[in-house]
Formats: sequence, C-alpha cells, structure tokens
Amino acid sequence: MGQITLSKVVKRFGDVEVIPPLDLEINEGEFVVFVGPSGCGKSTLLRLIAGLEDVTDGHISIDGQDATELPPAKRRLAMVFQSYALYPHMSVRKNIAFPLKMAKMDQAEIDKRVDGAAKVLNLGDYLDRRPGQLSGGQRQRVAIGRAIVREPAAFLFDEPLSNLDAALRVGMRLEISELHARLQTTMIYVTHDQVEAMTMADKIVVLQAGRVEQVGSPLELYRAPRNLFVAGFIGSPRMNFITGAEAEAHGATTIGIRPEHISIVPEGGTWTGKVVVSEHLGSDTFLHVDIEGREEPMTVRGDGEVPVRHGDTVQLSPDETKIHRFDAKGLRIE
Amino acid sequence: MARKVTTKRRITVTVIAWIIALLIFFPILWTFLTSFKTEGEAVATPPHFFFFHWTLENYLEVSERSDYVLYFFNSVVISVGSTIIGLIIAIPAAWAMAFVPGKRTKDVLMWMLSTKMLPPVGVLIPIYLIFKNTGLMDTRTGLVIVMTLINLPIIVWMLYTYFKEIPGEILEACRMDGATLKEEVLYILTPMAVPGIASTLLLNVILAWNEAFWTLNLTAANAAPLTAFIASYSSPEGLFYAKLSAASMMAIAPILILGWFSQKQLVRGLTFGAVK
Amino acid sequence: MATQHSRAAARLMISPAVILLLLWMIVPLAMTVYFSFLNYNLLMPGAHNFIGFENYKYFVTNPAFITALINTLVLVGGVLLITTVGGTLLALLLDQPVWGQGIVRILVIAPFFVMPTVSALVWKNMFMNPVNGLFGWIATSFGFAPFDFLSQAPLFSIILIVSWQWLPFATLILLTALQSLDSEQVEAAEMDGAGPFARFFHITVPHLSRAATVVILIQTIFLLSVFAEILVTTNGGPGNASTNLTYLVYAQSLLQFDVGGGSAGGIIAVILANIVAIFLMRMIGKNLDA
Repeated sequence: MGQITLSKVVKRFGDVEVIPPLDLEINEGEFVVFVGPSGCGKSTLLRLIAGLEDVTDGHISIDGQDATELPPAKRRLAMVFQSYALYPHMSVRKNIAFPLKMAKMDQAEIDKRVDGAAKVLNLGDYLDRRPGQLSGGQRQRVAIGRAIVREPAAFLFDEPLSNLDAALRVGMRLEISELHARLQTTMIYVTHDQVEAMTMADKIVVLQAGRVEQVGSPLELYRAPRNLFVAGFIGSPRMNFITGAEAEAHGATTIGIRPEHISIVPEGGTWTGKVVVSEHLGSDTFLHVDIEGREEPMTVRGDGEVPVRHGDTVQLSPDETKIHRFDAKGLRIE
Repeated sequence: MARKVTTKRRITVTVIAWIIALLIFFPILWTFLTSFKTEGEAVATPPHFFFFHWTLENYLEVSERSDYVLYFFNSVVISVGSTIIGLIIAIPAAWAMAFVPGKRTKDVLMWMLSTKMLPPVGVLIPIYLIFKNTGLMDTRTGLVIVMTLINLPIIVWMLYTYFKEIPGEILEACRMDGATLKEEVLYILTPMAVPGIASTLLLNVILAWNEAFWTLNLTAANAAPLTAFIASYSSPEGLFYAKLSAASMMAIAPILILGWFSQKQLVRGLTFGAVK
Repeated sequence: MATQHSRAAARLMISPAVILLLLWMIVPLAMTVYFSFLNYNLLMPGAHNFIGFENYKYFVTNPAFITALINTLVLVGGVLLITTVGGTLLALLLDQPVWGQGIVRILVIAPFFVMPTVSALVWKNMFMNPVNGLFGWIATSFGFAPFDFLSQAPLFSIILIVSWQWLPFATLILLTALQSLDSEQVEAAEMDGAGPFARFFHITVPHLSRAATVVILIQTIFLLSVFAEILVTTNGGPGNASTNLTYLVYAQSLLQFDVGGGSAGGIIAVILANIVAIFLMRMIGKNLDA
C-alpha cells in the first residue's frame, strides 16, 4: 500500500503554468522529499497529490487506482500542515480522534487508536489539553498523531518543521525518521531545507520552477548532481563553481568543487588567497577565501582546529577526483 | 508602551479624561436623574442635581399610559428577528467568500457595501406603496424584512472578516480527515466562528434597535418599536421632562448595557474589519 | 486553494444574499425612477400620466431644494469635522495611562448606543429649551439672555446633537487604531531624534489615516440620511432652515403625498449619494487592499 504515480500532471493557475507536465513514481514505503527553493511548486505538487487542488491535466493514481478525481478524504492520505492546522476548540484527544470520528469508527476502536498514537508520540499527559496550551513541538506531535491514527496509505508533510526553533527541529526530524522506520508507510515530505532532505529521504525530488531537476537518493544527488542547479542546491555550504580557463582545462564550461573537497596546503596549492571570514564551529571551520580573478570568495571546509584567521593568506588544493564538470547548458559531463 | 509615566502627569491626564468623559456622558446621566424627579423638580431653577425627592412614579405612569410593553416587544422582535434571518442568509455567503474566494469576491463585497450607500429616501416611496398594497404596513413582518435587508451587507462583511481569520489550512485538514461539507460546518467552522457570529448578532441587534427611518415611516400603532414610542413625545406634551426621561431610559437601557459589552465588536463590525 | 466542486458550492451559498440585495436595490429603485416621470399624487386619484422631467424640474427649481442640498452638505461636513478632530484628540487622551480607563471608555462610548429619537428629544427639551433647558439656566446664571438654539440656529443645533451621537464612534475607532501603533516604531523615531510633535505628525497621523478614512466613510453613509433627529426637533424648520434632502423628500412624498415629486427628489438624493460614494469607495478600496 502506498504506491503513488503521477503521469503527465499539469497545473495551471489561469495562464500561469506552475507545474509543466511531470511524471513521478513514488514507491511503497518510501520516504520521498520534495525539495527546492520557495516558489518552485513543491507545495503545489503535494497539494495536487492530496487532492486539495485540481490537476489541470494528467493523472494521479494511488495503489494502481486512478485518484485524479477523488476528493481528498477518499484518497486515504493524511497530511501534516505547516501551521499544524489543529482544531483550536477541541482537546488533543478530540483532535486526534477527529478523522476516526468522521470515518464513523466505533468509540472503543477510536479510544484504542488514540491511546496508541499518544503513547508513540509521548502525548499521554496532554490528551485533555487544548492546542493553545501546548508548545510548538507538542502541537507538531498532535498533528502527526492525527495523521497516524488513520493508518493512511501515505503521509504528506508540508514543511512541518519550519515553525519550530532550531533545536526542536533536529529533534522532530529524528522522530519523524523513527516513525517512518517503524510504520514503513510511504511518506512525502516537502521542505526548502536541503539538510532535512538529505538527512531524512530515501529519495529526493529536486524541483525548480515546477520541473523535476533530478530524482535520486541523497548520496546520488551529492555524488552526481545532474546539473548546476542540483549541484548548487544540494550540499552545505554550497559547492564552489569555477568558469573560464580553469574549467576549460578540465574540458568543461563550468567546474564545481565542494568546500569539503578542498584542502589547505602549506605550499604548492592550486589557488592562493586571503581569508575574508573564518567561521569556527568547533567540529569544522569554514573559510571564505578571496582569490584573485574570482568575484565570489571560495568556501573551504577545514577541520575544527585550523589555526587560520581573518586576513591570513592560505594555499588551497582541490581533490581532483571530486571535481564536477558541467557543459554550456549546465548539464553534467560524466 | 512600557513607559514610566510620572505620577503628576498621570493625575493631570486622569482628571482631564474624567472631566471630558463625564461631560460627554452627562446628557444620559441627566436623563437618568430627571427620570426619578417629580415634574416640578424636573424644571426647577436652579436645577436639582442629586438632592431631590426620588420617585418611581414616572416609570409607572409611562408604562401605564402608552403600553410600553408592546413597543418593547416590537423592538425586540424587529431587531432580533431581522438579525437572525440576516445571519441565516449571510453565514453561507460569508463562508464561501472567505474560504473559496474567487476573482470577483472583492467586487461582490464592495458592491454589498455600496448598497448601504443607497439613501433610504431613494426607495421610500416604492417601499411605502408596496407595504400599503400588500398589507405589510405597520406589521412586524414588514419591518423585519426591511431591517434584514438594510443590515445584510454589514452582517456579511462582519462575518467575512471573522471567517477570514480562521486559517484555511484548518479547513483543508478537516477535508483531508474525511469530513463532509456538513460535518465541516458543524464540527469545525461553527465552533470556531461562534464568537464572531455572537459579536455580529450583538452589533446588529443594536443597529436595528436604534434604526429610526424605516421604523418611523412604516409603522403606526401595531408594529411601532421604541424609536416611534419616543418620537411620540416630540409633541408639546414632551415638556413633561420627568416622564420623557423615564420613557427614554426605558428605551435605551437595554441597548446601552448590550452596547457596553460589545464595544470591541463595534469597531471591527462597523469598520468592516479595516481597523483592528 | 479551491477545487471545481467547492467553487460551485460557493456560488450557491453566496447567491441568496446577492439575489436579495439585488432585488432590494433594483426593484424599488426602478419603481422610484418610474414614478419620478409620472404626475402621481395620492390625493388626486385617476390616471398617472407621463410628464417627462417635469417632476425633476419642479423639485430642483423649488427654492427649498437648494437650501436642503446645502443643509445636507453642511450637516455631513460639520459633523465629520467635529467628530474626526474631536475623536482624534479624545483618542490621544484616552491612549494615555488613566486611572479608571475602563469606566472612562464606557462613559465616552455610551452616546452611540442611544437611539436617535431619544438623543434628539433629550437635547431639544432638557438642554436647548430656552426656558427650562440647562443651557438656558447656565446662560441666565452668567447674566446672559438664554439662547433659543432650535429657532435661532436650528441646523447648528442638529449638527451638535448628531455630533454627540457620533463622536464616540470616531473616538473608539481612532483609539483602536492608535493602540495598534507599533511602539517600536515610535521608539525608533525617538532614537532618530524626532520630538513629540514630529512623532505625532510623521508617525501617528499617517498611522491613523486609514482609520480616519473608515470613520469618514461609515459616518457619511449614515449622516447623508439623518432623519429622526430633524423630525423630532425642528420638523425641518423654521421654514426650511434645517431641512436636509432626506427630510425634504419625506415631506414631499409622505406629507404632501406627491409621489412623482418625491420620487424625483429620491433619485436626486441617490445621485448625490453616489457622487459621494464613488469618491469614498475609491478611498476605502485603496485602504482596504493595503
């Protein structure tokens, strides 16, 4: 259960084509992340799958059954919203029970499932509170609880962590991953944060302007980005791009090298430059180095103890095997 | 502003504010006091402010003389009736405009507001003649119809601004949760909208209670509400100040009390949500 | 966010309100237009012949019309001036920390809830009456002759009464707007070296302009149709000194039973209101989008 297929799906708002014809296969039990910059159509795509928007053209099928015309409730999908969308006038228990009540399930079964979900999500103590009395993380868990009690074919998450502070975000990320490991249900997760995408996904779908730029596992995307956009989007800090003569020497229009694949060498480096900013994170040090002939500083990752400071001159050397090459159209050259 | 304010300044401001507030309130206070005076004391020179012989006689006389109960009943039926019918028509409309806004929603709203701009005299004669010929003249039904229609735009607007504040994601969540339209309205929308609906109801009852164009022109003896009851004191016999005051207090007291509770809603409601 | 299905449902839900308002607007208005071209007086039974623009001509050339038109504008303008200026000052005062703020607010807002007939009669008899009114007493105790407000300055008296009713509304709205002013904005201006007056004119006034627009719009709607206050105080007199357009049309149609003439007057009132409305809707439409 939980196989979702999009074929030639198109969405237009008036004259604006938000999603050009798009094909996508989501396999049963997969954790799929839609990632892309804001306005790339990832949320729209999720809402098309949910049935909250009509597709203009094309088909969506769920478990082999055409769901294009089905109303949201009939698709057996559960959604966790960015704002959590909890019902403010209902207790946590009633919130979680709501979809079951709508499904006319009998009370004993509802209680059993709600208690089960509360246990999984550590909500036992809060069942009689109202959403307004909960913290952001707890509300998020209630929203997830409301989704899991339905035992849906797939879960849809629409940027669920973006309203949480940084520490909570990391915690909830782990909880959602654990949940997926336990339930083995298909999950589709929308985010603009590539770190969330990399850490949680089985499969990442990188979107830009409604188009799928690349689909693959996190490491596939990291190792072999298909084009400049994906190369720049996946990985943090961002990949350094070099054009001009140096790129041509590698037989490419643009070459890219990730900050972690550049090392600081005592001498004989490929590039020499002056450190503009050095960010000491403890575990790592990120250096932003001004190199003559380059507009943007080059980002370099060193280990935590690199004794370099603002204004120092350093020599840098890339790991030649980790250089990515792109042609004039921005596509990867293998 | 979490500012330190000197006590001296605060005292000055307090004194000025109280003086102005009491001046503004004075006509009502004076009416209140006069309503407990005898007719002689009501016109005494110099006026007696507090030290007079307090009496309830005026209230008794007014209610005996003019069948106050009927007027009061008419006011209640007209204001509450028209508001409830208005709500029944407006709730679905406001719901749709708030949650399924189309390209023309804003225009429809502005158009509704513009119907409020139509001066009542522009339609006085036809309504008067229609009422005369259909037997609606001087009936509570007729006035309920007119009040419903003149307040409908305000009711729609008020509800719209309240509904707008219910996040759309919540309704989508409940659609995902499998609620039908009926269940959505019953379990989610209504409970969340009740405070807004209550405020709308309150403000419109007040507006309808105090409306004094149609109520004066379309009623005579049977359906006349309190506005007309008071207007009957405009004749020279209105010079009986104590009785006029008692009648006035009886007409405004219920709404004054309701009004004090609904100050905040008044701002939202009458400004169509433009000022919060 | 919407699907086809919900769009159709939405249209269905809006239609009762729209249809009712459309009927309410169009049917009587069309009848008024129709009557305005007829020689139609309820006191003279018989055929109502079509007389073209005679009614309009009669209504407009009636000297009372110009007086009523001017009175209407003076009434609306006067009340707007008093209430917006007074309301702003009062709002600024009430925005300060005051002991018993809740009670002060309740006292200030109270006149708005008083029905027009009551406030008009109370003012007319108990305050403005030259013999027994409080104003008369105050004047005599200072050695002046009492002033007969309603016969000496009828329009001004009505402006005063109506202003008393609407001042609370303006105050309340402007106060609400004032309280929503971001205090950080004021503090930022203070850090930038703006004095109290500069802060008032550069921060507070622009912030209040939206609320003031709304006050003006809403009040204009109601003030163009002031009726009860005139009916119970002056009956439009003396002469036509306090007759506004609404009252004139009322007198023409329901006191003289001249359906044709009254209708013509009604249409003129509608046109006037529309001119004001177009101007106002532009203003508020812009403000509501923001």
